[in-house]
Amino acid sequence: MARSLMKGTEAIAEAAIQAGCRYFFGYPITPQNEIPEYMSAHLPKVGGMYVQGESEVASINMVMGGASTGYRVMTTSSSPGISLMSEGISYIAMAELPCVIVNISRGGPGLGNILPAQADYRQATSGGGHGDYNLIVLAPGNLQEAVDLTQDAFDLSQKYRNPVLVLADGFMGQMMEAVEIKPRKAEDPSVNADWALGWWNERGGKHVTVYSMHLAPDKLEPHNTHLQEKYARMRANEARFEHFMVDDAELIVTAYGTTSRVCRSAINNIRAEGYKVGMVRPITLWPFPSAGYSNLPESVKGILDVEMSASFQMVDDVRLSTLCDLPISTTGRWGGYAPSVRQVEEACKELLKK
Amino acid sequence: MSETQVFSIPKVWNENVHTHYCPGCTHGVAHRLVCEAIEELGIQDRTIGIAPVGCAVLMHQYLNLDMMEAAHGRAPATATGIKAVRPDKIVFTYQGDGDLASIGMGEIVHMMNRSLPLTVVFINNAIYGMTGGQMAPTTLLGQKSTTSPAGRDAKVNGYPIRMSEMLATLAGPAYIERVALTQPKYIIKAKQAVLKAFKNQVEGKGVSFVELLSTCPTNWGMRPLDACKWLEENMIAYYPLGVFKDFPPSNTPANTSTTNTSN
Ligand SMILES: Cc1ncc(C[n+]2csc(CCOP(=O)(O)OP(=O)(O)O)c2C)c(N)n1
Ligand code: SF4
Ligand SMILES: [Mg+2]
Repeated sequence: MARSLMKGTEAIAEAAIQAGCRYFFGYPITPQNEIPEYMSAHLPKVGGMYVQGESEVASINMVMGGASTGYRVMTTSSSPGISLMSEGISYIAMAELPCVIVNISRGGPGLGNILPAQADYRQATSGGGHGDYNLIVLAPGNLQEAVDLTQDAFDLSQKYRNPVLVLADGFMGQMMEAVEIKPRKAEDPSVNADWALGWWNERGGKHVTVYSMHLAPDKLEPHNTHLQEKYARMRANEARFEHFMVDDAELIVTAYGTTSRVCRSAINNIRAEGYKVGMVRPITLWPFPSAGYSNLPESVKGILDVEMSASFQMVDDVRLSTLCDLPISTTGRWGGYAPSVRQVEEACKELLKK
Repeated sequence: MSETQVFSIPKVWNENVHTHYCPGCTHGVAHRLVCEAIEELGIQDRTIGIAPVGCAVLMHQYLNLDMMEAAHGRAPATATGIKAVRPDKIVFTYQGDGDLASIGMGEIVHMMNRSLPLTVVFINNAIYGMTGGQMAPTTLLGQKSTTSPAGRDAKVNGYPIRMSEMLATLAGPAYIERVALTQPKYIIKAKQAVLKAFKNQVEGKGVSFVELLSTCPTNWGMRPLDACKWLEENMIAYYPLGVFKDFPPSNTPANTSTTNTSN
C-alpha cells in the first residue's frame, strides 16, 4: 500500500488487518468508534468476522475465546471500557493467550470526557486487573509508528503468548497523517496446535485445556514463577525508547505519545534560541525503558516530565530509572487539554535559568 | 451363556479420573449425558467445551475434549469468540444458575439472541453450590440459603427467574427445553434433549439451550434421595418441564409462544 493520508483509528484498524487479524470483538465508545466501524466493513471482505459484544466485559471474553484457538484476534476500546475489560485481561494473561488490545484513551476518572488524556498509564503498566501479571504496552508517537506498533503487537503477543496493549490517546486516534501500511506475515495458526483449542487431529488425537485456575498452591506458585520469568524476558528484550537531541543536553524532557510531539516542537524551537534541551521518549511503557535514562550525558542537570495526567503517572518510573539522581519537574494539562508548545518551552527555559 | 454389556464409561470421559462432586449431586449425571451425546454424534475430535465458574469448574479435567475454563458468567461470550473463529467446531457451554442467570445474564441473553450455532447445558440447582449455598437467582421463594437464612423473600430478593421461558421470548434461539435429572424417566428425556441440542449444532441450526433441574444435596442440607424428592415436588412445580422453543427459529416475537409438554 502506498503512503496515504489516514485517520489514526483507521490506520490502526487497517494495520491490524494487514498483520493477519481477521476477528474483532468490541463495543462502541468514543473516541475509537472508527476502529469497530472499519472492522465491520472490512473484515467480512477478507474472510473474517466482526462481532459486536453486548459490553466490554463480553467483548474481552470473546477475545479470550477467539485467542484460545490460536488465531490473531483483537479488541479496541477507550478508558472506561478498558476498566471493564480488566478482569478478562487478567484471565487472558494467566491462560497465556496472545491477543491485541488498543486503548484510545480519554479523560477520566469515571465517565470523564471523550477528549484525549494520558491518565491510564498506571492502569496499563500495572496490567489493570488482579494478580501478578503484565502486558507489553506500546505507545506510538505518530501514526506511522501506530501502524508499525500495532503490527508488532501481534508478533509480540504471539512470541510471548501474552496480551499486548497499544496505548494511544484520543489525539493519536483522531488526527490524520500520512502512513504506509505494509502486509505483515502472520504465523499459520496451526503452529499453536500444542496449546490452542480446535487442533485435535493436528495434535494426534489428544485434547488440550485452556484455564486459569490452579487450585493447589504447589501448582499456582510455580505457574506464577513461570509467568514472572516470561516478564523478565520481556524486560530484558522488549524495552524501546527514542533519544532526541540528548547528546549535549542540559535538560531532558520526557514524554510519550501526543505530549512527545508537543515536546519535540518545543525543543526544536528553543534549541534555535540556544537552549540545550533533549528528549527521552518511551515507546514501550511496559517494560519501561529504564536504559533510556541511565546513561544520560554528564551535561544533564535535570528532567522535565510532560504528561496529560493530573497526577503525572509516569514520573515514578522515570524517577526509579534515574535512581533519583536528577531533579525531576513536571508540567502538563489534563481533563482533555494538551499542554501547548509555548507551555513546554517556558517550563524548559524556567528550569534552565536555575 | 452369552454376555450382554449393559454399562460402560463413555469414551469421552477421561480414563481414571474421579470427580470432586458430592455424593448424590446430579452434575455427574449431566456430564455423562454430554459425553454420550458427543460420542453418539461422533464429534469428539471437533468439539470444544467451556467450563463455567461454579462446581463444574474442573469439568475440563474429566472430559477428553478440547476445553477451556471461562470467567464467571462469561462462557457464552467465550463460546461466541471460539465459534466466530472456528465455525467448523461444535462449541458448547456448561453453566450453573449463578453463572448463567446472575453474573452472566447479559452474556447468555445476547448469545441466545445472536443465534450462532452453539449449545448450552444449563444446570439449575437453585443455589450457589461452589461458594457454599448462597441464594441464586433461581432459589425458590421461601427456600433457605446461607444468604436467605429465613427463606427467600420476594420483597427483598425478587422472584426466582425462569430462564427457559424468558429466553424463549427471543426470536434467535432454535431450541429450548427444560428437563430434570432425578430419576430414569426424567433422565431418558434429558438425554434426548441434550442429544438434540448438540445435533442441532451439527446441522447448523442456531443456538440450543437445555435446562437441567439438578440437585445440590450438600447445600440444600438433604440426603440425596430427599433432594430428588424435593426437586420433583418443589422445583418442577415452579419450573415446569417441557419444550419452550423448537426449530425453525421464528422471525417474529409473535411466534414465540411456548409449547409446554410437561404433565
Ligand atoms: C467475578 C467472580 N465473582 C464471584 C465468584 C465466586 N463464585 C464462584 S462460583 C460462584 C457461584 C456458582 O454457582 P452456580 O453458577 O449456581 O454453580 P453451581 O456451583 O451451583 O453448580 C460464585 C459466586 C467468582 N469466581 N468470580
Ligand atoms: S456443592 Fe452441590 S452442586 Fe456442588 S458438587 Fe456438591 S452437591 Fe453438587
Ligand atoms: Mg447452582
